[in-house]
Amino acid sequence: MSGSLYTQLLDLACGGFLLAAVIVLWRRELASIIRVFALQGVALAAIAVLLGAHEGRGDLVGVGLGVGILRAGLLPYLMRRALTVIDADRRRYSVAVTETRETQPLVNVAASLLTAALLTLLAYAAARPLTELHATPATRALPVGLAVVLIGFFVLVTRRRALAQVVGFLLLDNGITATALLATSGVPLIVELGVSFDVLLAVLVLQILTTRVREAFGTTDIDDLRELHD
Amino acid sequence: MSTAVGYAAVAGQVVVVGAGAPVLTGWMRQVRARLEGRAGAGVLQPWRDARKLLRKEPVTPIGTGPAFRAAPALLVASTAVVVALVPLLSTDTPVSGHADLILVVALIALGTLALALAGLDTGTAFGGMGASREMTVASLVEPTLLLSVFALSIPAGTTNLPAIVSGAVHEPARLASPAGLLAVAALAVAVLAETGRIPVDNPSTHLELTMIHEAMVLEYAGPDLALVELGAQMRLTLLLGLLSSLFVPWGIATGTSWAALALALVLFAVKVALLGAVLAAAEVFWAKVRLFRVPELLAGSFLLALLAVTASYFLSGTS
Repeated sequence: MSGSLYTQLLDLACGGFLLAAVIVLWRRELASIIRVFALQGVALAAIAVLLGAHEGRGDLVGVGLGVGILRAGLLPYLMRRALTVIDADRRRYSVAVTETRETQPLVNVAASLLTAALLTLLAYAAARPLTELHATPATRALPVGLAVVLIGFFVLVTRRRALAQVVGFLLLDNGITATALLATSGVPLIVELGVSFDVLLAVLVLQILTTRVREAFGTTDIDDLRELHD
Repeated sequence: MSTAVGYAAVAGQVVVVGAGAPVLTGWMRQVRARLEGRAGAGVLQPWRDARKLLRKEPVTPIGTGPAFRAAPALLVASTAVVVALVPLLSTDTPVSGHADLILVVALIALGTLALALAGLDTGTAFGGMGASREMTVASLVEPTLLLSVFALSIPAGTTNLPAIVSGAVHEPARLASPAGLLAVAALAVAVLAETGRIPVDNPSTHLELTMIHEAMVLEYAGPDLALVELGAQMRLTLLLGLLSSLFVPWGIATGTSWAALALALVLFAVKVALLGAVLAAAEVFWAKVRLFRVPELLAGSFLLALLAVTASYFLSGTS
């Protein structure tokens, strides 16, 4: 693969990766948020495969494929299943429509989009010294990973629906994986496997927790859990 | 010889946009009518409307001042100046040295401001409401317009629009970068908002409460109304042409030959007609968003533009 084509494709994958995080912040339908998250998984897998192909490392390509299967296939599938349960309940008992939508985030959408802009700039400023150490196309894209970590944190903090918060957590993890890939040209296979299983287990546990929360309170609005403090 | 071609290009841009803008609007209405299963009024209908309006006697409401009377002429004049400046047919014209991005955006804003002042000048409730809404949208659109073109100006190293366009003609790889793609998305949303097309404003509405642009010009009649409509149509043509020049620049004359200029003219008409048809077809399927959702849409497009700028600054490796 020629150098300039590799740079272009890597830039394109990183651009798509960051754009997906922003669109997660923009959309309200939980179903479309999950779809965008799956697309982000594809972009992350593309980054790993591109790095692996560029450096001629087969294990990195394998990591990329694994990441793709997990984050573009399995995790969205699990979340969609939790959503269909909620949706079916809504139809049966005619509960309010708000269950499948993020109607009232703590910070409104326009303000959170502007915050995302600030967070991206912050990530660029923070990654500056790291980029200057060794400027390759991969390290130059490092701020993208950091920006997604920050946006993931932001989603985790400001959204009310349990599923939206799970997506926030997974954005955070996608960002960390991307940062690791871009900064160190790929983590060892065993580490990546461990992280992936961790994430998978966390999502399984959170899915069960979400279902239980909804059964106990009739909603997945996390703010209603305040009563547990007393 | 070369200056003759340059002057011909400038004159050609003004004439083509001035005469073609009503035809473009008619064409978009026709596409829309056909998609909705109607016969449509034909592509020349806006010209017939203009002829009818121009024959009427000029009427101004009692109590309106110079702002109301000057606004239509100012709108058309400022748009015509921008049309002469931006590279629609050729990047090598006698005035191309002055076609700075900031000047172009400021001239576009001047037309908007003139109309808003005219809306306020009438003193009616709808005029004031339309003006306030138009300024709200405009204040959110201007930064997006500036930033999204700025993202393209970073690889070119200048804010001169003809230089950006001719740079893109010679290096098409610049446009396929993430910065280019983000910038085109942001600029498209900004163009829709600036020209009052459907997700932001409905150009064919007759319900005053949902109007933005139309509410400001409710009091105009006769030749003034014809000028206001011509101005709005020219702005639509200009912004669609600018969008096509920046992102599909192939075919624009970069040298000084008559053949290239003729080819550029044909390609410009084809590109703008195609963009207009796509826009009209999309409008059939879209609904107007609520006024309180408009800032959200525009904040999103601003964010896309900002990401385009950061991406072109950091990823491209020129830093």
